[in-house]
Amino acid sequence: MEVLAGLSTPIVFGILLGGLYTLIALGLSLVFGVMKVINVAHGDLVIFGSYLAYAAMTMLGIDPILSLVMGIPILFAIGFGIQKFLLNRAFTISLDAVLLVCFGISIIFQNFCQIIWTPFSRGLRPPYGLESFSVGVVNIPLVYLLDFVAALVVMLFLREFLRRTYLGKAINAASQDTKAAHLMGINTGRVYAFAFAIAMAFAAIAGVFLGLTYPFTPTSGVSFLIIAFGVVIVGGLGSILGTLIGGMVFGLAQTLGGYFLGAVAQMLVAYILVFVILAVRPQGIFGR
Amino acid sequence: MPQKALLKVSNIDVFHGTFQALWDVSLIVKRGEIVALIGANASGKSTLLNAISGLVHPAKGSIEFEGRNISALDPFQIVTFGISQIPEGRRIFPNMSVLDNLIIGSYNRKARSKREQNLKMVYELFPILKERKNQLAKTLSGGEQQMLALGRGLMSAPKLLLLDEMSLGLAPIVLNDLYKALREIRERGITILLVEQNVRRSLKEADRAYIMEVGRVVLSGDVAKLREEEEVKKAYFGV
Repeated sequence: MEVLAGLSTPIVFGILLGGLYTLIALGLSLVFGVMKVINVAHGDLVIFGSYLAYAAMTMLGIDPILSLVMGIPILFAIGFGIQKFLLNRAFTISLDAVLLVCFGISIIFQNFCQIIWTPFSRGLRPPYGLESFSVGVVNIPLVYLLDFVAALVVMLFLREFLRRTYLGKAINAASQDTKAAHLMGINTGRVYAFAFAIAMAFAAIAGVFLGLTYPFTPTSGVSFLIIAFGVVIVGGLGSILGTLIGGMVFGLAQTLGGYFLGAVAQMLVAYILVFVILAVRPQGIFGR
Repeated sequence: MPQKALLKVSNIDVFHGTFQALWDVSLIVKRGEIVALIGANASGKSTLLNAISGLVHPAKGSIEFEGRNISALDPFQIVTFGISQIPEGRRIFPNMSVLDNLIIGSYNRKARSKREQNLKMVYELFPILKERKNQLAKTLSGGEQQMLALGRGLMSAPKLLLLDEMSLGLAPIVLNDLYKALREIRERGITILLVEQNVRRSLKEADRAYIMEVGRVVLSGDVAKLREEEEVKKAYFGV
């Protein structure tokens, strides 16, 4: 009984934390699924989203979650522009060129954040930031629950968008067969721009919830990119549900690893898991 | 029945990198016709269709559709004007439902408003697609997939249908159904340009034909005459 009570905390935390990881990974997964490009700048754009919310909170006194009303359109527009003016052109050269451009974008955003907001660690601390509530023996921080709820909302939105709208179906079609998509009258350049823009809108959301959960610096993006990548590998590309499962598995590996082996081993367990999945089921748990 | 030219390809050259795939190719398709484009593998038939669809652009010459020069336009613009290509190998979207495949066919703005009407036509032509509308496209048989590809192409409300190797890998019984559908499609006022390796069959179905060899049109005319031509017999029937 004692053991179970002890275990319940890391299990609940792991699942809820998985929500945050899912949130970060969804944008990465969408871009890879549609354009077959690993957007190595994804983590930095998420962190840029955190800083936007930080600026809105410190300068204008706006709640981080409410600030998404501005943050989502800003990152949506940045994403659309990046794809339309940089990546679509790089595509005509090669996939390597696209990867290099993404690297460049990553460096630009890291340094931009450093210049504007200094390299010091920041956090989003609204009044409810430290609140928590108890369920049985587990004491759950409110922001962890918000992470998970946000992930579910974004997932549901993405699923319905891809299923119900012409643009969503076109994104789906372009990801399966580019030539056939052209022949259906789909302007793939435009569809790619929208897909990237949507991924960046997700990055804005992920940035806010990351900032509520963890402190961040301009270079934090890299470690979250790697986590998101691990989530996508575990869950399987192109599967929204897979991304959630991947996120939860990753969160659980981290918290349970920390519980049994100590804080130092947290991420080690998660990455060993990625290794095992890559060896046993390279397409991921839900991959096609 | 056939009136003025719907599609007029004039003296086009097309390159793939440094390789010249089409040499001074000209072709005319009149409204209401079924025209066959015949030739061996790699004779440039698919390249010609792709040039008409805007997937590749000619280095020389022009492509006119309803009197408008379309040779520099992008595929998505050309689809809107009313040219729909059903590509070789069907290229359906395997992980989308049959219905979603059809809906995506009506993606262009002009076709969206006619979606329900076109969907009804497709279901009339291929009732099996209605039965299987909620299945994933990859679960269909080869013949059904070809029907889906054809139906998807019709959803874009085309005036001209470009059909690339429809009969590839399909059983004769299935082909009979597909050709029957083609005749119905033509009766609905849609013009058809079809690429085939199956010479006998396409000469039977078409009004006129063009014969291509290594990137050039070497022979053209009414199918009745072409069937008589010694060259055709020699080259394709091995007589």
